[in-house]
Order: sequence, then structure tokens, then C-alpha cells
Amino acid sequence: MSAALPGPATLSWRDWLLTDTPASRAQAAWGRRYRLWRDFRANTLATGGLVVAVVLIALTLAAPWLATHDPGVQELANRLQPPSMAHWLGTDELGRDVFSRLLYGGRVTLGMVVAVVLMVAPLGLAIGCVAGYAGGALDRVLMRVTDVFLAFPRLILALAFVAAIKPGVTSAIFAIALTAWPPYARLARAETLTIRGTDFIAATRLTGASATRIVFCHVAPLCLPSLVVRVTLDMSSIILTAASLGFLGMGAQPPSPEWGAMIATARRFILDQWWVPTIPGIAIFVASLSFNLLGDGLRDVLDPKQR
Amino acid sequence: MIEVEGLHVRFDDVHAVNNVSFAVPRGSGFGIVGESGSGKSTVLRAFSGLNPDWTGTMRLDGAKLGRQREKQFFRRVQMVFQDPYGSLHPRQTVDRALSEPLLVHGIGDVEARILRALAEVALPPSVRFRYPHQLSGGQRQRVAIARALMAEPEVLLLDEPTSALDVSVQAEVLNLLADLQQRRGLTYLMVSHNLAVVAHLCPMIGVMLGGEMVEQLSADDLRHNRIAHAHTAALRALSTELEEP
Repeated sequence: MSAALPGPATLSWRDWLLTDTPASRAQAAWGRRYRLWRDFRANTLATGGLVVAVVLIALTLAAPWLATHDPGVQELANRLQPPSMAHWLGTDELGRDVFSRLLYGGRVTLGMVVAVVLMVAPLGLAIGCVAGYAGGALDRVLMRVTDVFLAFPRLILALAFVAAIKPGVTSAIFAIALTAWPPYARLARAETLTIRGTDFIAATRLTGASATRIVFCHVAPLCLPSLVVRVTLDMSSIILTAASLGFLGMGAQPPSPEWGAMIATARRFILDQWWVPTIPGIAIFVASLSFNLLGDGLRDVLDPKQR
Repeated sequence: MIEVEGLHVRFDDVHAVNNVSFAVPRGSGFGIVGESGSGKSTVLRAFSGLNPDWTGTMRLDGAKLGRQREKQFFRRVQMVFQDPYGSLHPRQTVDRALSEPLLVHGIGDVEARILRALAEVALPPSVRFRYPHQLSGGQRQRVAIARALMAEPEVLLLDEPTSALDVSVQAEVLNLLADLQQRRGLTYLMVSHNLAVVAHLCPMIGVMLGGEMVEQLSADDLRHNRIAHAHTAALRALSTELEEP
């Protein structure tokens, strides 16, 4: 038996992160992040969702290098081909390479999702928190406006909005954002109502902090976990709304590739050349599923009630 | 330091506080005792500015208090809440909770002040980056006291600061409060349902019943049973019964 002496006290980076007594704020913050990441990684399904989502986004970002063909070039002699070496996922009704269109289409579809989320989440959070914390007349006005938007069916309102302006990606983004924020505002307001009466908010008021500071530094961070989860769960429905708009000709306009529009134009061939509409369908399905799994995992990690 | 005259607080149809008057000299302590619902906490919340629905006159250091408190008021008056589990933000570390008053009032030297505050309430520096849920009840109440002291107030409002704690921890926190009062010359306005706790920290005591302050007496009078009102006698009998079974 070899009497292995303990080596010199070198701290591994993991020990440094997980120490009980961090020496500085930065160390404490990194330790906290590392613990969250460790909890998240323990959830296999959620990690799978994250990996798939990251791979999808990376693939679409790298579309110019990965695409085998120009997504817009038509080759009418070669239309509706099954997958082959020349066209990995076959060709569509105008002889365009489906694989290349899928990659470029992901840019449009996923880009729309990201744009909508970046607009909607902060807006809903701000409106909900302000309404919930202020109470009184401001709360009533903001919530009635929210109710008005909630009262419309989502797709119909988006359709009307796009039709009123002009069909295209930008107006589709605004239309979806317009219909997507009310649930976040409601959620944030409900959370804020339970938080505003607590002693720790009273204690913060007694430090002399302004209402703005209390809402954005103390109340909003507590609403954030449920909101983040809701957003990731909603991402799939945003993809589907974007696809539906594209399908109805109100989203991305041809020839620009978009997953929903790709299904829409190829739906006539679903019986004879089923792969043409199916392949973008699978892409939508995989993206939605990965965001859903990611959302589930985030809920487990972020929800303070489950820790 | 604190003068309250003819204070009334009404919630809808409930007259929670009815014509309460008292005064607390600088560096001294005043305790309000009474049963649950007697309006004692309401007096405290009205004075702290958390409850704006009051009428009457309240003065801090001779200056009349309005319905809206200025920022400066919160540098001079701070409050410790009853429930240490509820009075600390669940997603903020001790470090964050203690630096908040400093940030709000633009006080510098954050690092050193936090370490000094932790030492003052006898907490080890290792709790600095913990979350409230990683601390015991007594430790949390110490953090709450440290937070109240960060802006160096002159008046500390204590809303049953020990009633949510274990008996052995109660004594520790009470001794800490007594110690801090001596060291910093703080003025205490304390609310409790426990006569012994109040008598430990406050030379003057007011007894409340149904929103009215029925008697004011010194802690000495209380000890020697020089009591005028029947309710005070009942409270005293109850607390001695509990102490000496």
C-alpha cells in the first residue's frame, strides 16, 4: 500500500466554485451560476433540449457554409426529387434544394421567434409588475388593455394586423408580439400581487428605495423564473403561429424560405411526394420539442419553490 | 425623540388605533404591549410610514411627520420585523440585503461596512454570500437587525423582534439589542405581547387594549406590581404564570 501523501493544497476550479465561504462577490456569483448549471445538467431531457436548440441555431447561423445549393435557384427539370446524394433532402416543386432551404428558412423562422421573445418578455414583465405594484387606477387601466388583447383569438388578431399593414417578416413579428404579450403581463401581475404585501418588500420600502427601484430590482427578479419558463414553453407556439402566418401567406413572402411557408406551398404534394412538406414539418416539430424540454428543465432549476 | 399625539388609524369600519399618545426621549425605549389585534403593530407601521391612513400628530426629533416620508426619514428611522423568515428577500444573499440601504442612500465604503455590520451582530463573515434559506431563524433576525443598522439610524422600530424565535435564541437577540442600544445610543420603539421582553429593553411601557392605550407605566412599576388598570394586571399575571409554573 502506497502511503500517498496529500499533495500541495492546490484548489481545483470546482472547489473554488463550490466553496462555502467565497472570498469575493465575483466568486460567489460564479459559484451560484455553476450550481444552477449542475442542477440543469442533471436533467437529461432538458440538457437534450438545450443541445438540440443550440445545434439548430448554430446550423442556421452557418447556413451559407453548410448549404449545398443556393436556396433560391430553381431547376424545373429536377422538381420533386426524393432525397439523393445530389439533393440530400430532395427538391421542392420548383426544383429548389430542400436541405439548403431548410437551413436558410431556419434563419427566418428562429429569427422571428427570438425577435418576438425579445420584444414580448420585457414588455409583459414591465407592464405586469408596474400594474401589480402600483395598484389602483393604473392597474385597472393596464389590465383592461391587456384584457382587450387577450379577448381576441391570437391568430385572427395577428392576421388582421398583418393584412392591415403589408405581409412580410417584419409585420409578422410585430403581429405575433402584439398578440403574445398579454399572458406575460397577467402572469407577472399575479406574481407581483403576492410579492408586494410581503415583509421583505415592506423592509425594502423602509430603506427609502423608490418605487421604480423596488419594482425593477426587487419584484421583477422574483417574477423572472416563471416568466422565463413560460417564454420557453411559448416559443413552440410562436414557431407555430409564425408558421401558420407563413402558411396563410401573411408571413415571409416567396421566394424567401420559411418553414411554415415551405409546408404551405408543398401541401399539394403530400400524397405523392410526401417528403417535400414533411421535412420542414419535422424541423418545426424538433425545434418546438427542444424548446419545450428546455422550458421544463428551466422550471425545475429556477423555481424557488422546488428547491 | 418620538412624540405621538392623538393618533387614530381606521381601516374601513375598524377603528384600529384610538387616540394614542406617548413620547420617547432620545436614547431611551418605549414598549407597547397588548394582545393580538389590540392595534400595537398598527401604531408602529403608521409611524414607520408603511400605513398612510392615520390622523393625529407624530413628531420625530421635534419635526412633524407628513403622510409621505422623505428619503432622509429612512436614514434616521429603521424597522426590524417580527418574522425573520418573511422579512428577507428569498433570492438575495445577505451581502445584497446589507448593501441595499447603502446603495439607496449613496453611502460608499460598502465592502468594509458590510463586514463591520456582520461583526457587530456577531455573525461570521462566512454567511455573507448565503441565502436566507441557508440560515437559522436567529441568524436571519441578526441579518435583519444588521440591515436596519446599515444606514446608521437613530431610531429602531422593533415589531415583536423575538416572538418568532426559539426561547434560547430570543435571549441572544434581546441581549444583542440591549448591547446595540448602549453602544449606539439608539432610541427603541418596541411592540410585543410579552411583558418580560418589553421590560428587558424599555424603561417605559404602554398597555393597549382594543385600540386604546389604557395605561403607561415604568418597567419598575411593573416589576413591583404598581399597576392601575385591570388589563395590565391580567397581562402581568399571565406572564408570571408562564414563567413560574
